[in-house]
Amino acid sequence: MADTTHAHHTSTGQSNVKLGMWMFLGSECLLFGGLISTYLLYRGRVSEGPTPSQIFDIPFTSVSSFVLLMSSLTMVLAVSAAAKKDDRGTNLWLVVTAMLGATFVGGQVYEFTAFYNEGLGFTTSLFGSSFYTLTGFHGVHVTVGIIMLLALVAINKRSKVPGSKAETVEMLGLYWHFVDIIWIIIFTLVYLIPV
Amino acid sequence: MATDTHIHSESQTGDHAEHGMSTRGYVNIAIILALITALEVATYYVDFGPFFLPSLIIMMVAKFVIVVSYFMHLKFDNKIFSFLFYSGLVLAIGVYVAFLATFHFFIR
Repeated sequence: MADTTHAHHTSTGQSNVKLGMWMFLGSECLLFGGLISTYLLYRGRVSEGPTPSQIFDIPFTSVSSFVLLMSSLTMVLAVSAAAKKDDRGTNLWLVVTAMLGATFVGGQVYEFTAFYNEGLGFTTSLFGSSFYTLTGFHGVHVTVGIIMLLALVAINKRSKVPGSKAETVEMLGLYWHFVDIIWIIIFTLVYLIPV
Repeated sequence: MATDTHIHSESQTGDHAEHGMSTRGYVNIAIILALITALEVATYYVDFGPFFLPSLIIMMVAKFVIVVSYFMHLKFDNKIFSFLFYSGLVLAIGVYVAFLATFHFFIR
C-alpha cells in the first residue's frame, strides 16, 4: 500500500531519501572493507610496542559491544514509535539510544587512553596505526550518529505535527544499525580472532 | 502546500516502516543477538579446537544478517533496497578478498 502511495512521488515508487540512504550504506561497506582488510594485513606487524594479545581487554570490549548492540534495540523502538506517530516515545528511545552510544564512545576513549599508556601510540607500529584508524573511524561514525540523534530530538520537540519526522527517524535508524553491524564485524575480526 | 505534501509523505513512510515487527518481536531478536554475543565471547575462553574460527565467522554473519533483516527491515522492505545494499557489500567483499589474496594473506 505504501508503495502505491509513493508511486506519484518517485519513478521507482520508493522514497528517494531511502534509496539514497541505502546507496550510501552500500558505499560505506567499501570504506570499512578497506579499513578492515588493511588492519588484517598489518595486525601482526609489530616492530615495537605491545602486540594485540598483550593489550586487548576482551571482557571490557564485550561489555561495550553489548551496549552498542542494545542501542540497536532502542533505535528500532524509536523507529517503531515514530511510525505510530508517538513523538513522546520516539524522543525517549532516541535519547536512550544516544546515551548508550555515548557510553560506547566513552568506553572507546578509555580503551584508547589505556592502550596509549601501555605504549601503543598511533605511529608505534603498523598494528597500532591500522587499529586506531579502523576503530577511530568507527568511533567517529558513532559520534556523528549521537549528534544526529540529539539534533533529531530537538527538531522533533519543535514539530507540531505528530509523526511528521517518521522518515527522518527511520533513515537515522538505518545509519545507526549500520554502525552496529560494522562493530559486529570489528569485534569478531579484530578482538576475538587472535593473530 | 509543498510542506504539507512533504509531511504527508514522511508519515506514510513511517507507516511503511511499521510493517516490521512488534515490540516483543524486537526484544526477542535483541535477546537472540545478546545470546550469540555471549557465545562469541565464550570462544575466547573455551577451547573450540578446529571449530573456533568457523564458529566465530558463522556467528558474526548470523548477527549481521539478523540486524540487517529485522532491525533494518530489509526482509520486509522492497527488494531494490536489498539490491543496493548487498551490491555494495558483495563488491566490497570481492575487492578486498582479492586485495588480501594479492598480499598472500590466506596462505600464511
